[in-house]
Amino acid sequence: MTSLTSTAPGCPSGMAPAAEKATKTGYAGFVRHVGDENALDLVVRGAKCGGCLSKIEKSVSALPGVTQARLNLSNGQMRVRWKGSLAADRIAQTVADLGYGVAAQAADQGAVNKAREERSLLISMGVAGFAAANIMLLSVSVWAGHGEMGEATRQTLHALSGAIALPVLLFSGRHFFRSAWAALSNGHANMDVPISLALSLAFGVSVFETFRGGEHAYFDAVVMLCFFLLIGRFLDARLRRQAHAAANALAAMQTSAVTRVADNGEAVSVAASDVAAGDHILLAPGERAMVDMRILAGTSDVDESLVTGESIPRTFSPGMVLHAGAINVSAQLRGEALKAVEDSLLSQIGEMLEAGEQRRSAYRRIADRAVSIYVPFVHTTAALACVGWLLLGASLPDALMIAAATLIITCPCALALAAPVAQVVAAGRLFRKGVYLRSGDAFERLAEIDHIVFDKTGTLTLGTPKLNSILIGDRQLEARSQEASRLLSDAARLARASHHPLSRALVSAAGVGAAAENVKEIAGHGLEAELDGMIWRLGSAAWVGAEADGEASGPSLWFSRGDEPEVKFQFTDDIQPGAREALDTLRDQSISLEIVSGDQNASVSALANSLGISDWTGEAKPKDKVAGLEALRTQDAHVLMVGDGLNDAGALSLAHASLAPGAAIDISQSASDAVYGGGMQAIPLILKVARKTRAIMRQNFALAAAYNVIAVPIAVTGNVTPLVAAIAMSLSSIIVTLNAMRLQIGE
Amino acid sequence: MTIIVYLIPVALVLGLLGLGAFIWSIRSGQFDDMQGPAYRILDDDDDTPA
Repeated sequence: MTSLTSTAPGCPSGMAPAAEKATKTGYAGFVRHVGDENALDLVVRGAKCGGCLSKIEKSVSALPGVTQARLNLSNGQMRVRWKGSLAADRIAQTVADLGYGVAAQAADQGAVNKAREERSLLISMGVAGFAAANIMLLSVSVWAGHGEMGEATRQTLHALSGAIALPVLLFSGRHFFRSAWAALSNGHANMDVPISLALSLAFGVSVFETFRGGEHAYFDAVVMLCFFLLIGRFLDARLRRQAHAAANALAAMQTSAVTRVADNGEAVSVAASDVAAGDHILLAPGERAMVDMRILAGTSDVDESLVTGESIPRTFSPGMVLHAGAINVSAQLRGEALKAVEDSLLSQIGEMLEAGEQRRSAYRRIADRAVSIYVPFVHTTAALACVGWLLLGASLPDALMIAAATLIITCPCALALAAPVAQVVAAGRLFRKGVYLRSGDAFERLAEIDHIVFDKTGTLTLGTPKLNSILIGDRQLEARSQEASRLLSDAARLARASHHPLSRALVSAAGVGAAAENVKEIAGHGLEAELDGMIWRLGSAAWVGAEADGEASGPSLWFSRGDEPEVKFQFTDDIQPGAREALDTLRDQSISLEIVSGDQNASVSALANSLGISDWTGEAKPKDKVAGLEALRTQDAHVLMVGDGLNDAGALSLAHASLAPGAAIDISQSASDAVYGGGMQAIPLILKVARKTRAIMRQNFALAAAYNVIAVPIAVTGNVTPLVAAIAMSLSSIIVTLNAMRLQIGE
Repeated sequence: MTIIVYLIPVALVLGLLGLGAFIWSIRSGQFDDMQGPAYRILDDDDDTPA
């Protein structure tokens, strides 16, 4: 087929890293039956281009019995339909084998409702647009025929306009009426109250004028108002739904299968949510614990970096308690679930997230503040105009007409577009830079940042150890010497059998090669195998019988063969490329920087020194991070938290704003306002765009206010004709939209 | 001027046709994926099931 298809894992255009190999089980529970077909909804992560699309759809379509495989590239949702006995797990496995992240999409009523709301707003917008165009056609004839057109013709055209406007007002206007009614019955007033009032008053007055054979009818203004306001509503709803969908896709990635031991001793794969306290669970090497468990049998090294931030695995033996989120490294463990999944540490962090989310939604947005000034102002002005004209001796219909004109012309078309348009344009600009935003109002919070707290592992550093040097005794070998590469490739033969992060680092330095057979892994010590008649060992200093020299020089592995002198491999966790430049840029913007990490003090201080950050804390538990952020909050600092691990999730949700790198654990991504790919240079860019967006939004609100300063006197003095209203409304909307477009300039 | 008695309804019907097409395209999910179809048309392999 086309040149787009490639056999390499992941995105053929390299726009997203390939997902790790994983075995996919437990999908059977998500299969729905539609007629005589089976249907499965999946969430696919990492599909970015046409190559991904064709690769995934083709591979799945090629499975036996598949009748439909369609991937939505915008939101990563994939729908598969098939006939016959094909196993759901095999479909998921096919996608996973191509190098993409995949998870089952459970039915989500929230997402369905949001999609329905967006769709109904779009249809309402279309209907209002259609009516606005047609009524304008008739209105223009009335305005153009001013003085020449006969009264009967004018009345007919007005009546026709009214006939088009009425169903539109009821259909497209229902969004405003409903929301205004809900607000009023709760004793509040929102933006929709003056809108509803303006729409119905203007329509009523226009109907009256039409019957009376008057010259001015505002049907075009009513419908156009609907149209412009619905554009703003639609953009806002779409941004919110995209954010919600992104969060859901991340949440779906977390649901996974657990191996449970049944009473008859048989191991069965079940969905994580089905695990109850007391169940016996098997944890294979390479697998992540989904529940907190007490170890019953087996001894193994466990990588807790996501839970505690500690980068080097710890040894677990029977009786110890393992927390959810930890990854088993060396040997199979059998344990007893202490709590159901909902009560595990993972879920507790989930609750922390919700608490943070609530606090954040209490944030008062610029638009909210604008509305709270605007609503009373408009109502008072319109009422005063009506009363004033009555006192001056105008008839009731004339006074009402002026009040309606005032409401229409001050109606917040520009106000309704001012924020959403700026946010959509800014989100689009960041998206092209590999940053995707999870909430629209994040810009306002990001623009206020004056202090940044970084996590260490995976955020400032790459998070994976890298081979730094090879030592025999005190003698350091030349990196590219023959001796060094021979030692490295020998040690890698052992290391290939292990999941330990240091072993993986050693293997990646050595490159492709054969793995030794019969390698034994002894948790907490290391690897052993008998090769060429000698015992080869790779592991801790004690394991190979060398003299330990402390951890001062960072993590290390020792290698010995028979009686030959022990070799020491030293590793470092490299700083992210571009981190220094990014931090310098941030310092130039007089933002204070801080590191809070769960890692050991020694390695945190070394990193802090090399990056020139004087403010650092090491060995911080998730709770300490949260407490630290609470303390900063009381000092009125606007804190941006940047972190990637499970231990950061609570802090991420609590900070004024938060960012997670694209490689972060899913829960941290869903806890943050934006996820960035492509290195730390993204952080200054995000802050820059956020400040610019806030500036544009303020300008837009200022423009809307300035417009009112000009328009209100004209309306109150009774000089607004439908023509003036139409021009003023469109002009102000176009001006704020064009102003928002400026965000794209200077990329 | 009696011609507008025909022309206005004709204009409205044409407009309604367009509106109907727009609503149909939304309902049938043509706006659900704004990126995929642009690539899908470049895929000249027609023998796979739709």
